[in-house]
Amino acid sequence: MHIVDRRLNPGGKSLENRQRFLRRAKALVQGAVKKTSQDRDIKDVLEGGEITIPLDGMDEPRFRREGGTRDMVLPGNKKFIEGDILPRPNQGGGRGTGPGEGDSEDAFRFVLSRDEFVNLFLDDLELPDLAKRKLAEAESEGLHRAGYTTSGSPANISVSRTVKLALARRVALRRPRPEQIAELEAEAAEAEEPRRSELLAQIAALKAKAKRIPFIDPIDIRYRRFETVPKPVAQAVMFCLMDVSGSMSEHMKDLAKRFYMLLYVFLKRRYRHVEIVFIRHTDRAEEVDEDTFFHGPASGGTLVSSALQAMHDIVRTRFRPADWNIYAAQASDGDNMTSDSLLTGRLLTEQILPVTQFFAYLEVGEAANYTFDMPDSSLWTLYERLRNEGAPLAMRKVSERSEIFPVFQDLFKRRGKQEKATP
Amino acid sequence: MTKTGERLFDGADWDFRTLQRVHDACEEIAKSELGLDVYPNQIEVITAEQMLDAYSSVGMPLFYKHWSFGKHFAFQEASYRKGYMGLAYEIVINSSPCISYLMEENTATMQTLVIAHAAFGHNHFFKNNYLFKQWTDADGILDYLEFAKGYISHCEDRHGRRAVEHTLDAAHALMSHGIDRYPGKKKLDLRTEEKRAGERRAHEESAFNDLWRTVPTGPAKTRAALTAERRRILLGLPQENILYFLEKTAPRLQPWQREVLRIVRHIAQYFYPQSQTKVMNEGTATYTHYRIMNRLHEQDRISDGNFLEFLQSHTNVVFQPEFDDPRFSGFNPYALGFAMMQDIERIVTEPEDEDREWFPDIAGRGDVMGVLREVWANYRDESFIGQFLSPRLVRRLRLFHLHDDPAETAGIRVDAIHDERGYRRVRRELARQYDVGFIDPNIEVVDVDLEGDRRLMLRHTVVKGSQLVETDARRVLQHLADLWSYDVVLTEVDTHDKVLKEYVVSPRILPAVA
Repeated sequence: MHIVDRRLNPGGKSLENRQRFLRRAKALVQGAVKKTSQDRDIKDVLEGGEITIPLDGMDEPRFRREGGTRDMVLPGNKKFIEGDILPRPNQGGGRGTGPGEGDSEDAFRFVLSRDEFVNLFLDDLELPDLAKRKLAEAESEGLHRAGYTTSGSPANISVSRTVKLALARRVALRRPRPEQIAELEAEAAEAEEPRRSELLAQIAALKAKAKRIPFIDPIDIRYRRFETVPKPVAQAVMFCLMDVSGSMSEHMKDLAKRFYMLLYVFLKRRYRHVEIVFIRHTDRAEEVDEDTFFHGPASGGTLVSSALQAMHDIVRTRFRPADWNIYAAQASDGDNMTSDSLLTGRLLTEQILPVTQFFAYLEVGEAANYTFDMPDSSLWTLYERLRNEGAPLAMRKVSERSEIFPVFQDLFKRRGKQEKATP
Repeated sequence: MTKTGERLFDGADWDFRTLQRVHDACEEIAKSELGLDVYPNQIEVITAEQMLDAYSSVGMPLFYKHWSFGKHFAFQEASYRKGYMGLAYEIVINSSPCISYLMEENTATMQTLVIAHAAFGHNHFFKNNYLFKQWTDADGILDYLEFAKGYISHCEDRHGRRAVEHTLDAAHALMSHGIDRYPGKKKLDLRTEEKRAGERRAHEESAFNDLWRTVPTGPAKTRAALTAERRRILLGLPQENILYFLEKTAPRLQPWQREVLRIVRHIAQYFYPQSQTKVMNEGTATYTHYRIMNRLHEQDRISDGNFLEFLQSHTNVVFQPEFDDPRFSGFNPYALGFAMMQDIERIVTEPEDEDREWFPDIAGRGDVMGVLREVWANYRDESFIGQFLSPRLVRRLRLFHLHDDPAETAGIRVDAIHDERGYRRVRRELARQYDVGFIDPNIEVVDVDLEGDRRLMLRHTVVKGSQLVETDARRVLQHLADLWSYDVVLTEVDTHDKVLKEYVVSPRILPAVA
């Protein structure tokens, strides 16, 4: 008899089957994921969870039969005698063992892990402007240890390697050891004459040899060698800019928040480390924490340029564009002082856009059911003009919660090959 | 009573030495007292997650990859996590060596129970029952599964995952009709199968010459040469093994697709005996563990406390709710099997007059294990119940037979109960519930129009007015048509050859199965 302990075997033997299943049911699962995530608090979007998909297309049909006369034997007779007629149960008899398998549930529930959920949720989305990202990646370089070299700066001497080589050389060349000389000298001090001069000669020869073979020779010295390698930028910073002036309602802030959360989830999946900077502005801009950002009261006029200026300052002091991927999302109801347009436009095109990977502008509106299009707001008009002049801006209008995801998806939709290739 | 040896364990904890001691103690009783004949045992300790893994690949330690297993896994995982479903204490595989999976959570008592149940009860049944001997190759199954797994992943590399998946989907849909129900010409030998596939592939590779493609084919045989009668004989029609028929005759299948059908067919065949012996198999295993555990307790090798723990879970296992109990969902094979085995023991040792009349062969023979071993070797559920369900047990379980005829508007008729007039009828009906001939619809390939539009004709002989469920039937037929690549017609006829329904399904145009 053998006893085998399988507990330590790698788990997840069914993982591949599970992935195949998810791949096959992808459209259905994705639909279910999106539907589920709409009902969820946006903070929990990252969590996995149970979803239900229709069995359509996922069924495993078999020949089954139903109807006809049925005979069954059951245990536990209490009062029936042969020939009794029993009324049928209401739905034509659900109990007893019918032929075939009753495996025809029309919906299928199962649990997705957090990663699976997020992957499906953000599947077929892609970071825009890959060309620029590559550039940013190449700009930062790191040093990697790459063996030893015979030349270099004294600061890079590798002591252990040098000593090791010196020892090998000394052993190979039979350099006399100091103990050996000391021993002979002690013997010489006590020895009689013919023997003594013999020893002295021997000592002199050894000393000369020790002098010829240095303890450390320049050929022993080794330096640590470094190579520069391009280091991928594995961190990103996300700037959330929001207008918090009086005209922004709770609903609008909620829309903005949802968008930011999606962006955060998305970036989180791409970068090892994601920082968020919240900048709120009225006619002055300030960096705040998340809670203040969404809930803190503020009032005043609206100067968009102040927020852009603040962002620019923060980028300059804290986030070197070579080390950070910079993303920015601006949410506003579109109001801006007309006099501010010029400054806003200049800041954006000259300072902000050159260093950011992606700049999205989200114009949030009231949930009211407009039957006609509102006239474009001043900020929208300005940004639209900039975009037409060639500035890489993404901009969308949103007024309903349910539009957030489609808009987000639209912005990050995986583009066709050619589009991707063009810088 | 002899008191041999010391306690096998104390309390609930166990380690591998405990398992070894338990196994040796069980083996001694199984071999010397019960006279069981088993394959060598291999006991594997696994975690709950691994148990779930095993569930989703029909309990086999290795299996080819397919999405449907992932689906089952997802489903089972969800219900397990929510606590709707407990996991089995063990899974045992009909192979040599006989592999039993034990859950690590089991207590020492449970491990003892499970070893007695699976490693000796099931193991003996697998090795000795005639169905398993006839249809399965315990020595070869693991190697064959290994080969199947490798072959299918090799096909995926060569022909694309979608094409393989599609073929497997279709084969799975027809799996229950990929079984030879009657012993054929030669014994199944899975090792040779594996070798055969390898040789065939090697030959194809060595004999490949692109020139053959350019050789003009000869003129087709004259139409008159093949009469319908001759054709049917040549094709071996009628044929109820649909997968076999497709593998041999489907006109446009690639060689690898035929091999895939063959693999699915062999695996279905391997499981065929299990579906026919649920009651007997579990009855054997339960009876064995009951005897072994009792003996261990008599020998004082397990304590009273552990024995009570065993009795409690044993009682749960053999619990049979009555028909009006909300927990009722058909017969519990453990309960029925165990009750019948115990009943046979009673008949053999302490028969009453009634038993002597009903079971003259075995009543009072005295040699319980001899009789049981004979029964275990030579019966399946249907014949076992038909032969050995005693009137006393019918009375004890208070069995009754209901006859539900939709034409009868008044209701369901009670046809027989546990009385002198009813014993035989109840027994016959219960046996029929376990008859595979009645469980699976009787569908055969009857003809192929080889000269015309090559349509494949199938026939479902309707028994007792029970017809196929239309949506499922259409889906299965769609898969069948895809494999056959021409139209498929299924007619449902009753026993008087009256056509009840006809399905015609055309193949889908598939994305280039190359």
